[in-house]
Amino acid sequence: MSTATAQKTSFAAVIWDYLTTVDHKKIGKLYLYGGGFFFLLGGLEAMIIRIQLIKPENNFISAGLYNEMITMHGTTMIFFAAMPLLIGLMNAVMPLQIGARDVAFPFLNALGFWLFLFGGIMLNVSWLTGAPDAGWTSYTPLSTLSPGHGVDYYVLGLQISGAGTLMGGINFLVTIVNMRAPGMTYMRMPLFTWTTFVVSVLILFAFPALTVGLFLLMFDRMFDSAFFDVALGGNSIIWQHLFWIFGHPEVYILILPAFGIFSEIFATFSRKRLFGYTAMVFATILIAFLGFMVWAHHMFTVGMGPVANSIFAIATMAIAVPTGIKIFNWLLTLWGGNITINSAMLWSLGFIPSFTIGGMTGVMVATSVADYQYHDSYFVVAHFHYVIVGGVVFGILAALHYWWPIMFRRILNEKLGKLAFWTFFIGFHLTFFIQHFLGLMGMPRRYWVFLEDQGLELGNLISTIGAFFMAFGVIVFLYNAIYVWFKGEPAPQDPWDGRTLEWAVASPVPHYNFKQLPLVRGLDALWIEKMEGNGKLTPAEPVGDIHMPNGSILPFLMSVGFFIAGFGFIYQTQTNFAYIFLFGGMALALLCMLIRSLKDDHGYHIHKEELEKEAE
Amino acid sequence: MKGWMGKLKVFSLLSLVALFLSACGRENLTALDPKGYGAEKALDLIILPTVIMTVVLLIVMVIFTIVLIKFRKKKGREDYIPKQVEGNHTLETVWTVIPILLLIVIAVPTVIYTFDLADETDASDSLNVNVTGNQYWWHFDYEGLEIQTSQDVYIPVGKKVYFNMLSSDVIHSLWVPTLSGKLDVNPENENTLFIEAYEEGVYWGKCAELCGPSHSLMDFKVVVVSQEEFDQWVADMQNFDPEVAPESKMAVDGRALFEENNCIGCHAIGSSPAAIGPNLTNFADRSRLAGTEEMTKENIIKWIVNPEEMKPGNKMTGKYPEVSDEDAALIAEYLLQLSPSEITTEDAGE
Repeated sequence: MSTATAQKTSFAAVIWDYLTTVDHKKIGKLYLYGGGFFFLLGGLEAMIIRIQLIKPENNFISAGLYNEMITMHGTTMIFFAAMPLLIGLMNAVMPLQIGARDVAFPFLNALGFWLFLFGGIMLNVSWLTGAPDAGWTSYTPLSTLSPGHGVDYYVLGLQISGAGTLMGGINFLVTIVNMRAPGMTYMRMPLFTWTTFVVSVLILFAFPALTVGLFLLMFDRMFDSAFFDVALGGNSIIWQHLFWIFGHPEVYILILPAFGIFSEIFATFSRKRLFGYTAMVFATILIAFLGFMVWAHHMFTVGMGPVANSIFAIATMAIAVPTGIKIFNWLLTLWGGNITINSAMLWSLGFIPSFTIGGMTGVMVATSVADYQYHDSYFVVAHFHYVIVGGVVFGILAALHYWWPIMFRRILNEKLGKLAFWTFFIGFHLTFFIQHFLGLMGMPRRYWVFLEDQGLELGNLISTIGAFFMAFGVIVFLYNAIYVWFKGEPAPQDPWDGRTLEWAVASPVPHYNFKQLPLVRGLDALWIEKMEGNGKLTPAEPVGDIHMPNGSILPFLMSVGFFIAGFGFIYQTQTNFAYIFLFGGMALALLCMLIRSLKDDHGYHIHKEELEKEAE
Repeated sequence: MKGWMGKLKVFSLLSLVALFLSACGRENLTALDPKGYGAEKALDLIILPTVIMTVVLLIVMVIFTIVLIKFRKKKGREDYIPKQVEGNHTLETVWTVIPILLLIVIAVPTVIYTFDLADETDASDSLNVNVTGNQYWWHFDYEGLEIQTSQDVYIPVGKKVYFNMLSSDVIHSLWVPTLSGKLDVNPENENTLFIEAYEEGVYWGKCAELCGPSHSLMDFKVVVVSQEEFDQWVADMQNFDPEVAPESKMAVDGRALFEENNCIGCHAIGSSPAAIGPNLTNFADRSRLAGTEEMTKENIIKWIVNPEEMKPGNKMTGKYPEVSDEDAALIAEYLLQLSPSEITTEDAGE
């Protein structure tokens, strides 16, 4: 309710506001802050890895610590940086794009964020006692045998944040199915909304496999079960299947939203409608569908036999077709356009060659026999960084430049933006291109040291130098964000001559988004009004009372409950004292659920008169 | 800026080609200079998709470059609104069908080679080596020959040798890039990989699946010798009698210490199916100590006194009472005369 009046400005009030908010725009920002923080942590870990590998037989960090570093780098970047940053962008933009006032379940939205944050904190608390060291894939039996509590933190941290992600996925699905503005049919939805929709389906079906796998691992480590213990009749390979049945769709959970982002940006800055919209939508769906059929291409060397290897090789190659369709449609969107090149566009243009190389090596690693050489070598490290950095990270940075005016009411500085892009872009290719060759020259991945006189010195040195360029680029971007926050002018409502609904909302965006829900007359709804109308959207309803949800501290407290219970689960193997945390934490979480269930909260209304007064 | 970009691209392309030609990596480690059946097949399937996909990449880059040159916003045309094209069915069909055809060109040999490399029909007529992966060393048990070695495996040139692999602890992966692609060594379900080497030589083997702190130090060697040399080696290994006293006084003392400290509890010398620690029968012939270190007396002393320093997380640390440098030197003296065969890595050309 405090959000409605927006008069309190004291620091404590702002904090309280964010702790209790259920507004998708504020939750989006929280995701960006949280994800951004973990991105910096993961980046720091990456720099430590690269410094260790700057020269042969280096002793910068110990072998055990190195394994913790690679595990935390991977886990943090995938689960706590890339995914939350994308979910943050979806939160900030998707409801505006479909002309909705909020997501379908605002309370659940807040809960999803706090679970992610506390899951991430849980994982990183492990640094105090020894971080997980079995790789981000945590293959059993290495993970079940790993001493200490590192892997326990991994299991609990991912379990808690995974629940939050699952909620987010369901929430977005319901929102897009039910809350589109009048006239916004499925085939008029912007591509970013489409990819959010498809990704939510992926989350819904992929995350349960991870949840099951993590539970089995948790029982094996904490409650003496033997799902993965071969000596007691278990099976260690089944973990790899469970992990990759989740893990491969996860790749598409990351890259599809980036595809959506580039589709928006290319269309806007070439002032052209997205070429082959229908093909783009169906390519997205096809990629998502095929994404569930290819998990075992991560396991070509496990010894599944030639039949399985052949089937998964061919299925994997098939994904190149819809991906190729997308690349060519983007190029044809640009073709014949009136192209503006600014920072958002630079990141998007940089994506095309980078990601095409990633896709090229993708077909190469799908070739099973060749993968017997690539697998678990630096070639694969290079491949997935080309896809994840060249695709996802470029996408996130493009999106941040593009939607910054909506989210923070500022336009990022162009000079700084270009500096950040060029240093990061050059650094990225320096770091990872050479790694293809390192892999083929016989350097396996996850190697703490490489030996002298194996021809690997130069490549590794170049790679490390590139990493410093990337780090510099990130620092420039951060400086840019802070600089415009303090020195920047308020951004206009529609700085890029946008095409979709998010640019039709007043600046700053009112907390109810749309005073009147807009009537959508076609794809690129705002552009249509600019070309054929007066540039303003036709309202689909008269001005009336707006129903808004109340803020709540319960999502925060519930997540704290699970967080505390997590420590209880981890330490009950050692001391009965931990049961206090286990039961105490669970009690707090359940109490919050009980309050939520029993206490009726109908939200509140913003009255017509207030809305009219505000308009004056 | 365009000219500068173009120059940069040409320059980087040239330097890449130069890099590729000059440094395919170290001989007998790199996968780019194959000397075995599996690695040769793999290189075929590395080159074919690389060529095809490079062509695709070039097409993308050409369109991309044209777009950037031709369709950038021009002075005086800032407000120009391009035609809002919806799409083009012919083009969509073209860039759907052509990639499918290209992928078929890659997929067909992939399937053929996948089945070819999994063909085990002549396994029973060939030399079989049972491999055990351990944190962080390899054990090789020659089936039917009563020979066990660790770290270095001797095989004859030009013959298919079958490696039947199981792990005693976590998952490892056996990879000899120059001879063959890798295959995981799992705690369950024995995996079989055959290696057929074309040339004599000492080939670097690596563990390719994260297996703990010393994962990167789990190297081994495949020593490829001629068939005659291999037969000689087998005979020498079989004739080795661990009971025969060493020649030098120091080595005799070393052997006493070896037994006193119960090294023998884990390390067999001579043929023995049990392998808690590496078999030391031909210890002195090994090309490396503990997988990666130079085989010198100083290093052996260092290793015995504090193995943790050389190989973090290894299973030898703490298994025996503290050993003084002097005692370790005597043990090293004993170990360094364990060379039952005339055939060593030198016969393989190193």
